[in-house]
Amino acid sequence: MKSSTNKKHLLMGNEAAAEAAILAGCRHYYGYPITPQNELINHMAIRMPQVGGTFLQAESEIAAIYMAYGGAAAGARVMTSSSGPGISLMQEGISYLAGSELPCVIVNVQRGGPGLGDISPSQADYFQAVKGGGHGDYHNIVLAPASVQEIADLVYDAFDLADRYRNPVMLLGDAQLGQMMEPVEFRKTPRTHQTVKRWALTGAEGRARNIVKSFYPVKGELEVFNIRLQRKYRAVEQEEVRYEEVNTQGAEIILVAYGTCARICKEAIRRASGTGLQIGLLRPITLWPFPKEPLRRLAKKARAFCVVEMSAGQMVEDVRLAVLDRCPIHFYGRMGGGVPSSREILKKVLNILAPEGTLELEIPEIPTELGKGLYFSTIP
Amino acid sequence: MARVSIDVGLCKGCELCIPFCPHDSLTMSRHLNEHGLPTVYFKEDHPCSGCKYCAVMCPEAAIEIFN
Amino acid sequence: MQALYSAPKTLLRTPSHYCPGCGHGIAHRLLAEIIDEWGIRGKTIGLAPVGCSVLAYNYLDIDMCEAAHGRPPAIATGIKRVHPDNIVFTYQGDGDLAAIGMAEIVHTASRAENITVIFINNAVYGMTNGQLAPTTLLNQKTTTTPEGRDPLAHGYPIRICELLATLEGASFLARTSLSSPKNISQTKEALKKGFKTQIEKKGFSLIEVLSPCPVYWRMSPVESLKFIEEKMTQTFPLGVFKDWEKTVSAPGGQATEV
Repeated sequence: MKSSTNKKHLLMGNEAAAEAAILAGCRHYYGYPITPQNELINHMAIRMPQVGGTFLQAESEIAAIYMAYGGAAAGARVMTSSSGPGISLMQEGISYLAGSELPCVIVNVQRGGPGLGDISPSQADYFQAVKGGGHGDYHNIVLAPASVQEIADLVYDAFDLADRYRNPVMLLGDAQLGQMMEPVEFRKTPRTHQTVKRWALTGAEGRARNIVKSFYPVKGELEVFNIRLQRKYRAVEQEEVRYEEVNTQGAEIILVAYGTCARICKEAIRRASGTGLQIGLLRPITLWPFPKEPLRRLAKKARAFCVVEMSAGQMVEDVRLAVLDRCPIHFYGRMGGGVPSSREILKKVLNILAPEGTLELEIPEIPTELGKGLYFSTIP
Repeated sequence: MARVSIDVGLCKGCELCIPFCPHDSLTMSRHLNEHGLPTVYFKEDHPCSGCKYCAVMCPEAAIEIFN
Repeated sequence: MQALYSAPKTLLRTPSHYCPGCGHGIAHRLLAEIIDEWGIRGKTIGLAPVGCSVLAYNYLDIDMCEAAHGRPPAIATGIKRVHPDNIVFTYQGDGDLAAIGMAEIVHTASRAENITVIFINNAVYGMTNGQLAPTTLLNQKTTTTPEGRDPLAHGYPIRICELLATLEGASFLARTSLSSPKNISQTKEALKKGFKTQIEKKGFSLIEVLSPCPVYWRMSPVESLKFIEEKMTQTFPLGVFKDWEKTVSAPGGQATEV
């Protein structure tokens, strides 16, 4: 299939990510099979040769990230993808990418962990993505889509951000987003030629040579380099924050969630409408840089925040750091592949508003309940 | 003469045992087991020399041979 | 009524998650038979890989450890150094052993580690949807080689037995298959020899077993046996590549004292 613009396609999140990368001019993909992102690599295996690009199933995720490193050093737009255990393997490579100032797009379709875990959705790789993951003082730019359409849009933008700042950009998805199917339109302009990078390795004909490295052994040089990196990160924090606010005007309780949890929070808000409960949502779209300003602004009027995550509580720490003691912060989470329901979130909100249990509410039933667990299989 | 015992609950109907029986005594039954899988069965009044080829081929260890 | 053949006790007879006709069931059963016959259930420790047989511990009633993808030989090394008199084996697929685990298997063999590796070669990645494996045959179609494996794009298949045979530390290397009762018998003999190598502290042993994957080969189970006999053995010939009992020049897998 061609990602022809102005046409709606029904695609899986994983497939949309692959198509959007091709639209953005990515012609080099390196990966390794791991559930729940196999559809991305399988799709690339078919599409990359069609557009004259390189597709390679590497011998491991470590090999894949270093193949991507090579492609990036050579000046190309490159992408790789994996999940939990594979992303852990890639951490050294990601640190090297940041330290060598190379652009690269990495998609993490999160699954339950730690260890081998399971293949259900999770958001427990937040710390790994946002706080470092690899060694040294660096940051990944981290984008968190919440729909297949947003996956398509953000993957495209990820390549621009990676090039603009010469930094790895990570897309943090999860098993649900990766494997669900939604209609998507590829609205952005197809990039057919590669952007020329002055610093890239192309052969030093007619110019001074370029070196791609992250090693600064001469005393003092590494500190100077790190100061420069940090200045770059301040610029990213200044310019690239993205977030969405839903129903925050006059809301008593502000939910803070990203990705799949944000979708479920939106449903909780919908179910609560007309009941008198004033609930809003702040959905970070960039997890790094984190939307601190809107949180501080909302903290002035809101009664409390409730952070909802599929983890033991990771993003909640960043919310606490941003808000400090301006406003109480609560947390609701499910771990190990568990997915919260809008009913559970509303119960938590009621509990926040009236911990003594004096507040009761008729929460209208959704006609079809999904039951206790959500199962995800790779085999269609 | 030997006898073949097939645990129908373990059989997945892969049919690997059928071509190796030297007496052509095994065939697919129309019966589906409790997991909805077709199973194999030993044909009525067919010989069994206890060669154990069927038991050796079976990936589910569903076949046992008795004297 | 006397039992001529009954299922081994070490095999936990519960409906398995393997596809109908999958070779894993046969390999598990052979291991269980050997463990029963030799009475070594209490001494054996197994390692499961990441792949279709990640749940091997649900079927073999022995101490078992899960490993990260490709790392069983390293973990087995750790276990064997603590328990040198136990029997430690790894059970790995072609992605686990020959892709991500290539460094581990080469070095574990080279160190003449007294472990036994059971290498199930079905030329494809089963668990994750049928992608290319290091042992996928040329022209074989997989989900990441939809037009067939082309050496220019995807490289050549890797022959592990031949590769490891260049290492002094490897003492017993054999390739067998599961495609007929005779071949299954030979596989069982090779597995026994592998365990014997370990018990007598003669060094590293590996048995590569050509195994069917009917679902991702897009064949019926019976057809997949033919594929092994007619196609796989062309690229992966059966045989013994290293045997400490038969060659005099091989140092028997013992590292020379310095």
